[in-house]
Amino acid sequence: MNRKTSIIIINPRDNVGVARVEIKGGQKVCLPQGGEVEAKTSIPRGHKIALKDIPSGGEIVKYGEVIGRAKEAIHAGEWVHTHNMG
Amino acid sequence: MGADFWGYARPDGQVGVRNFVAVIPSVACVNGVVAAIANKVPEVVPLYHGHGCGRSLEVPMHLRVLANLGKNPNVAAVLVVGLGCEVIKAEAIGKAIAETGKQVEWFNVQELGGSQKAAHRGADICRRFLEEISNLERTRFPAGKLVVGLECGGSDAFSGITANPAVGLASDWLVDEGGTVILTEDTEMIGTSHILERRACDREVAEKTVRMIAEAEQLTRDLLGPLASLVIAPGNMDGGMSSIQEKSLGCITKAGSRPIVEVVEYGQPPTRRGVVLMDGPGYDAESLPGLAAAGSQIIIFTTGRGTPLGFPICPVIKVASNSELYHLMQDDMDVNAGRVLEGTELSEVGKEITELLLEVSSGHPTRAEVNRQGGMVCLYTLHPPF
Repeated sequence: MNRKTSIIIINPRDNVGVARVEIKGGQKVCLPQGGEVEAKTSIPRGHKIALKDIPSGGEIVKYGEVIGRAKEAIHAGEWVHTHNMG
Repeated sequence: MGADFWGYARPDGQVGVRNFVAVIPSVACVNGVVAAIANKVPEVVPLYHGHGCGRSLEVPMHLRVLANLGKNPNVAAVLVVGLGCEVIKAEAIGKAIAETGKQVEWFNVQELGGSQKAAHRGADICRRFLEEISNLERTRFPAGKLVVGLECGGSDAFSGITANPAVGLASDWLVDEGGTVILTEDTEMIGTSHILERRACDREVAEKTVRMIAEAEQLTRDLLGPLASLVIAPGNMDGGMSSIQEKSLGCITKAGSRPIVEVVEYGQPPTRRGVVLMDGPGYDAESLPGLAAAGSQIIIFTTGRGTPLGFPICPVIKVASNSELYHLMQDDMDVNAGRVLEGTELSEVGKEITELLLEVSSGHPTRAEVNRQGGMVCLYTLHPPF
C-alpha cells in the first residue's frame, strides 16, 4: 500500500530525500521502502534530508548521481545543503 | 503490444499529429503579406519571424531552421512567401521542403507586383492546399513514430523534483517504445557533462556532448562575466538546490535515463531514435523553434512560474511543477505534477503524461492550442546584425 510520507525519493540509489512539505525538528519521517528517520532540525520544503549516515567526504546522491560530497560527517535525519555539502 | 496513436502519414515516411498548411515568410519584410494571407484564409498557420536578411554567420542556420519547420510532419503543405532581394531566398527554402515530397509553392512579392497582388495569389494557393489536404485521414501508428521535444521554462525549486522527473519517466517509456526525445538548452546541462558523457552510446557522441556543454559554459562566462555565477554557481540556489550538478540534474532528468544516441545542431533533425541532445539556447521562445525544426511533433514543457507559450505547428503540453501554479494558471496548464508534493507517486504523474501524449498525438488539443498561444517564431542568433 502507498505509505504517505513527507519526502520524495527520486531514485532508489539516492541517500537524500526531498521534503515535500516543511519537516519540523524531531519529526519522524517514514521512508517509502519502510523504516523511518528522525529529522534532526527543521527542513524547509524542497530541501534535502539525509536518509542514512554519510561520512565526511562521502558522496551525496540524488537522481541516482553524485551531486556533491559531505564537508563533514552527516547523520541520518540531518538537513543537507551548502553548509555541509560541496 | 506497443501503444498506438492516430496520425497523418507523410510522403517521406514521417507521421504528423496535426495537419497544417503553413505560410513561411523567407524574410521579416513580408510578415505583413503573410498576415494578409492569414486574414483571408484563417485556417493557415503563419510562421512570422524576424530574420531572413541582414545577417551573415546565421544564414546557413536560419535557412536550415526555416526549411526544417516546413519539413516538420505536422505540416501537410507549405507556401513560402519571399520578397526577392533578401539573403535567404524563398526558392531555397521551398526547394528544401520539396525534398519531403509534400506540397510546397513559393513566390516573391517584388515579382508579383506588390503586397495586395501577392496576398491574393497566396490566398488562392492556400485555399487549394486546404482543399487538397482535407481528405487526408488519420491512421494508426506505433508510439515509436513520435519525436518529442523537451523544454523547461520559468522553472522553480520544485521543477526538478516533480515535473521534470515525471516527464523523465514518460521519456523512458517513449524511448522503450522506439521513439525519440530531444533534450536541449545547453546552459541547463552545465555541470553534468561527466554524467551525460557516461550515458552516450559511443565515443563520438560522448565527445560531442562534452564539447557542446563546455562551449555553453564558456559562452555563458564570456557573455555574463561576473553574473555567470548566477547561472553556473550554486550561489542562487534558493529552494534547496546545493550544487550546480543538482540543479542541472533536475533539468536533464526530463530526458529520462536511457542512452544518448546522437548530438544535433539547433533545428537539425536526428537520424537515430532514442535520447538526442540538441545544441540550443535556454531561452524558451528560441528553443521551441529549434525543437520543432528538428522534427518534434509534440513538445512537453515543464514550468514552475507558469508560461502560456506554445508553438504554431506543434502541440505543447504544459506540466506544472506545483499545484499553486496549476490552479492559478489552470487555463494554460495540461498536467499538475505538483500533486507529487501532496503525496502522489511520480510514476502516477508519469503515466498521466504518457497517456496525454498519445491523446494529443491523436488530435486532442493542448491548452496552448485551445488558447491559440502559437505566437511567432523566434530564431536563435549568436552574432549582431548589420
